[in-house]
Amino acid sequence: MRAVITVVGKDMVGILAAVSAACAEQNVNVAEVSQSILQDMFCMIMLVDVSACKMPLAAFSDYMRELGQKRALQIHVMHEDVFEAMHSI
Amino acid sequence: MIYRLRKIRIAGEIPPMQNTRNILETIQMIQQENLDIRTITMGISLLDCCAEDIGRSCDKIYEKITRLAEKLVVTGEAISKEYGIPIINKRIAVTPVAMLLASSGGDPIRYAKTLERAAQAVGVNFLGGYSALVHKGFAAGDEALIRSIPEALSVTEHVCSSVNIGSTKAGIHMDAVRLMGHIIKQAALLTQANNCMGAAKLVVFCNAPEDNPFMAGAFHGAGEPDCVINVGVSGPGVVRSALQKIPEGDLSDVADTVKKTAFKITRMGQLVATEAAKRLGVPFGIVDLSLAPTPAVGDSVAHILEEMGLESCGAYGTTAALALLNDAVKKGGTMASSHVGGLSGAFIPVTEDAGMVAAVRCGSLSLEKLEAMTAVCSVGLDMIVVPGDTSQEILAAILADEAAIGMVNNKTTAVRLIPAIGKGVGEELNFGGLLGAGPVMHVNTASPAKFIARGGRIPAPIHSLRN
Repeated sequence: MRAVITVVGKDMVGILAAVSAACAEQNVNVAEVSQSILQDMFCMIMLVDVSACKMPLAAFSDYMRELGQKRALQIHVMHEDVFEAMHSI
Repeated sequence: MIYRLRKIRIAGEIPPMQNTRNILETIQMIQQENLDIRTITMGISLLDCCAEDIGRSCDKIYEKITRLAEKLVVTGEAISKEYGIPIINKRIAVTPVAMLLASSGGDPIRYAKTLERAAQAVGVNFLGGYSALVHKGFAAGDEALIRSIPEALSVTEHVCSSVNIGSTKAGIHMDAVRLMGHIIKQAALLTQANNCMGAAKLVVFCNAPEDNPFMAGAFHGAGEPDCVINVGVSGPGVVRSALQKIPEGDLSDVADTVKKTAFKITRMGQLVATEAAKRLGVPFGIVDLSLAPTPAVGDSVAHILEEMGLESCGAYGTTAALALLNDAVKKGGTMASSHVGGLSGAFIPVTEDAGMVAAVRCGSLSLEKLEAMTAVCSVGLDMIVVPGDTSQEILAAILADEAAIGMVNNKTTAVRLIPAIGKGVGEELNFGGLLGAGPVMHVNTASPAKFIARGGRIPAPIHSLRN
């Protein structure tokens, strides 16, 4: 099972490190990362494998959101199927 | 300037990530354009709860609802979190209670209170089905149930009621229409202290669908399975913002854009519906494609019509724009879902739609224009506040007009009028929450009393003979 994590916020040192560390802590494998910076806004999309995640996906979603709140970032975790359903026939 | 700092692909057989634009589009729809699943509604048949003793009937109803819907709310919340999609309401629709009353007899209020207790026990937002289907006449239990509706809605909080008074096949049952004029008024009177809320939980239908997941008109039809999951989507904000991107497009472009957007919205509904059905171990019924507005800014059907180029909703052109919107929503949505049902179209409730309320306040949108609009969209005169001194004959006549539009056009029309007791034109009622707030609208006071007093039935139209 895979999920997409999106991270949006003001660019600062250590965002990628913090998000990937949080993933590693929950045994979530990062499969792909795409990152861009628009002026000083940081925007990252990560595709992760949550099959072996230590907690259920709903709890992981809360966990990541709280991490985002601590660093003034918007972190959103969504099941990959949502994008598959919406954007492919 | 956007540039990529890094793009890492772990080697192996993992399929590539969706393209960034698609992902950002979905996130934007949810976070900024109010895209959500409006409701997961579990339909539950109560036919096997029917007993000759009403006490026994009530016990069985409570047991069945709390057993089948025990995990409905937690499942909805889990799906919402895992998929990152807001799911606003979890609801239950049950067999029209008049069918149970037919064999049990007794005080129908006991059913209302049982349903309320069950709704609270499982934590749903609304429970629909305090209903009667009387489009051709009253069977045992029907009239008693209808007469109990005002009290039932005043002593319960979550129970919703609906009455079907006409159909294309059967015509319009005018005795029931006359009675419903009285019932609507009573429902408002008994809940005067609570913004006449009773009337906001009561819908009068022509051609009522048996699988509608939206309140207040949801009930579980007699032809439905024992238990079923139906899902209603939303998303007026998404459609509007898609149209904002093509300010110069002609109306073919507008229709195409609405179709594509409706497809995406409905795919999400289908995904949630199948997942919810799987987890609850209940068959998936239908996705209702309706564009359902909320009072939130940016979630308005009226604003879509204005985005198409009308100064204000209610201007000439509104009916044409709504016809285009309603049809394009269906065309896009049908392809996206395996089973479509319920009301499926654009909703135009007044108090629940910030743009509609603004149009009424500025004098651009009248009751007569709304009536015309109901001929081309999925429901009828919905959430309209009328003066508290509107006579029950006028209320009945409004119901008859709407039912006639539904009957002749082979479509559902649903009327939800709220007489604002003690208030006149220009004053406001505020329900709060998804039901919103709105001004009292002007009503033509010429009397239809003699026409309504005639009673009887309006025969079904000639095109009902299709066999």
